[in-house]
Amino acid sequence: MFGYYLDLALRSLRRNKVLSALMMLAIALGIGASITMLTVLHNLSGNPLPQRSGVLFHPQVDPRPANLPGASKEPPDGLTYLDAVNLYQLGIAPRRAVMSANWLPTRLDAPDSPLAMRTDRATTADFFAMFDVPFVYGSAWSAQDDANHAQVVVLSKALNQKLFGGADSVGKTLVIATKTFRVVGVIGDWNPQPHFYDVDDVNDGGAFADAEQMYLPFFTWLNLPQDYGYGPMRCWGNDPNAGGHDPKAKQCTWAQFWVELDTAAQVDSYRSALKQYSEQQHQLGRFQRAPNVRLRGLLDWLDYKHVVPVTVRMQTWIAFGVLLICMINTVGLMVAKFLRKSGEIGVRRALGASGRAVFLQCLVEAGVVGVAGGLLGLPLAWIGLWMVRQQPVSFAASAHLDLSMLGAALLLALLATLGAGVWPAWRASRVAPALQVKSL
Amino acid sequence: MEIRPIFSSLRRHRIPALLIVLEIALACAVLCNAVFMIGQRMANIHWPNGIDEAGISVITVNGTDAKLAASNIPRDLAALRGVAGVTAAAAVTSMPLDQSPALTGFTTTPDGKTTVNTSVYFMGRGGEQALGLHLLQGRFFNAEEYADSGLKDFQSTAHVALVTASDAKRLWPGKDALGKQLYANGKSWTVVGVVSDVLAMDPTTSGPGGRYSSVFYPSQPDGMMGNYVVRSAPQDRDRIVREAVQTISALNPGAVVEGKTYARMRSDYFANTSSMVWMLVLVCAVMLAVTVFGIVGLTSFWVGQRRRQIGIRRAVGATRGHILHYFQTENFLLSTGGVVVGMLLAFGINLYLMQHYAMTRMPWYYLPGGAVALWLIGQLAVLGPALRAAAVPPVVATRSV
Repeated sequence: MFGYYLDLALRSLRRNKVLSALMMLAIALGIGASITMLTVLHNLSGNPLPQRSGVLFHPQVDPRPANLPGASKEPPDGLTYLDAVNLYQLGIAPRRAVMSANWLPTRLDAPDSPLAMRTDRATTADFFAMFDVPFVYGSAWSAQDDANHAQVVVLSKALNQKLFGGADSVGKTLVIATKTFRVVGVIGDWNPQPHFYDVDDVNDGGAFADAEQMYLPFFTWLNLPQDYGYGPMRCWGNDPNAGGHDPKAKQCTWAQFWVELDTAAQVDSYRSALKQYSEQQHQLGRFQRAPNVRLRGLLDWLDYKHVVPVTVRMQTWIAFGVLLICMINTVGLMVAKFLRKSGEIGVRRALGASGRAVFLQCLVEAGVVGVAGGLLGLPLAWIGLWMVRQQPVSFAASAHLDLSMLGAALLLALLATLGAGVWPAWRASRVAPALQVKSL
Repeated sequence: MEIRPIFSSLRRHRIPALLIVLEIALACAVLCNAVFMIGQRMANIHWPNGIDEAGISVITVNGTDAKLAASNIPRDLAALRGVAGVTAAAAVTSMPLDQSPALTGFTTTPDGKTTVNTSVYFMGRGGEQALGLHLLQGRFFNAEEYADSGLKDFQSTAHVALVTASDAKRLWPGKDALGKQLYANGKSWTVVGVVSDVLAMDPTTSGPGGRYSSVFYPSQPDGMMGNYVVRSAPQDRDRIVREAVQTISALNPGAVVEGKTYARMRSDYFANTSSMVWMLVLVCAVMLAVTVFGIVGLTSFWVGQRRRQIGIRRAVGATRGHILHYFQTENFLLSTGGVVVGMLLAFGINLYLMQHYAMTRMPWYYLPGGAVALWLIGQLAVLGPALRAAAVPPVVATRSV
């Protein structure tokens, strides 16, 4: 029976080409617009590191003075230098990494090799294992290197390509901010989006910045002779040094800190250790506030930081508004289409077809319109995403149509048209056969 | 035009008529809000800026030794002034809209508190002319002030400062700002001049209070001054950026030198905003297109259904104009219903956005504006089917089906 209905549907669509085309075009436009925005939203709110997100946590403490105008209840995002060092040395978490980012003048260790500014992340040894960073050549530096302020560097695949033509560069040297650094490793493709470990990335792009071009040991980086900023530094208070470029200033937070905690028990004990630390600092008189700590998991952290831009969420709402308008439009057009066939339906009913059969026939026709509209909408969504990618915004590069979104698009189109088709089909199935047959 | 028959006919097609009304209502609601958002963002893009945007180019130098950089600045500036067409050049720490905020909270008393973040600029000698600052009151810095001042830990060691007109008004409402003291972090500066409003380093995130909150300090050459501002006639900008980059690169072989016109800096800053505007425009276009399809489709269906009635009306004396007007009036009535509901809906959406997305209230004229737009679109959409209806010959009445 389904095959027969399909045949009828195709015939009927062919009979009134303009109306059918209008319906399909409307569905296609609605699907194109909503799938474009859904894909952007889907990519932006995705899990950057699915295999590790459950065990990564972002500790925060509150070193701010007790009365600070306009202060929120939430502790600052970053840590002061002192807290970063103290928490780094707090050996409770199986792994931990303190980090920040800037950019540094870098060149090959060869006479008249040109300088260029390269983005870098300063971090500690555990970073690579914690965040599942793959290595193509060499390996990460060791905790010993961190302690010794070793001048070693890990390159991204792209920078290794640029500087060394993609060859194994382990053991080669670079001049970074006038100091000589030895390459110890080259990482493979690794660029989790959102850029969860530093959502306020100073290197342009915020939460959707690309991963940095090179990685330096944090404490070595801190002592470099050139000042190119120390990440998103936030300072407070009437201190003559506030707002200065002193990374060790007491009243400036800027360092990002992440820990790996494998079990719920570890999470609990780490949380109480943070409280204990705050308590202790409070007693020492360094913290003025009562312990105010946070230990958010990776996904909670992204949620809290609202990494999905407001404009994207708004555009998604608008896109769904458009889809709704398209659906209403389709309902109208389908009523018109089915009622125009009243005579035909009357004949079918008079020949013994049940109301149910007519209803099903009409729904099949609606489904055909939906699938056709959806198929037509896919290239439109593809064009839409292409246009998003042309935009000079940081998240644009991630706007690609993947297989799951492709399926979602078709399903959405089918459901939307079936939803839109129910009422017109029901209406058509209620056509009184006698009346229609009489007028023939 | 008699509208009673239209009503009685619409009553017999209640659901399709309702669908058109609903569609127009939704389109009106979304259109009003989208156009409002577009308007707001367009306003951002066109925020005025009290510097000579058209004439300025910025040359950035990175990677030089901070200690040497300071002593290189006079030499570099002399070379820049030698580039043909350059009328002024100076070194500054940062530029409006450069997105690397150096912010301080200023108060009018030693222990005051503030939540406004003010962008802080340090400029070398001739900075006022190079930037094209527009003096409203008081004076610019003198040579002595330039020579005596510098920066230490990003705090000015000067005793004088320039403020913007907005800050003068915000900090000393109703009073003359000249000669007043500006306090921050336990230090103070005397205001010697008020300049017209200069945009902050990152105005979209500074809030309304911080958008035009800027303080300028004089300073000796300092390693923190990584930007050279070069002023010229607008038509020379591109050539001057090229030549200036060459000149500075030649003088500083170890440095990374980049240059761009200020116009480019501004468009880079607002790139995100203009992409949002384009997106919204596109979505509106798609939505209106779909609405037109809907109206065309349904009206065509009605015209098809009523061919016989139209024929009878024509046969008993109605002119083509009458038939045309009948469908146009019908559409006008449906559109009216749609826009009334739509304006209410638009207002509701605006209230929701105000609560959840920090939108501002939509000015009232957007509502009638949207209504007129949808009336016009409705009339445009109905024209084709209505003309086809008017073309139905009277002879149709005499034929059975």
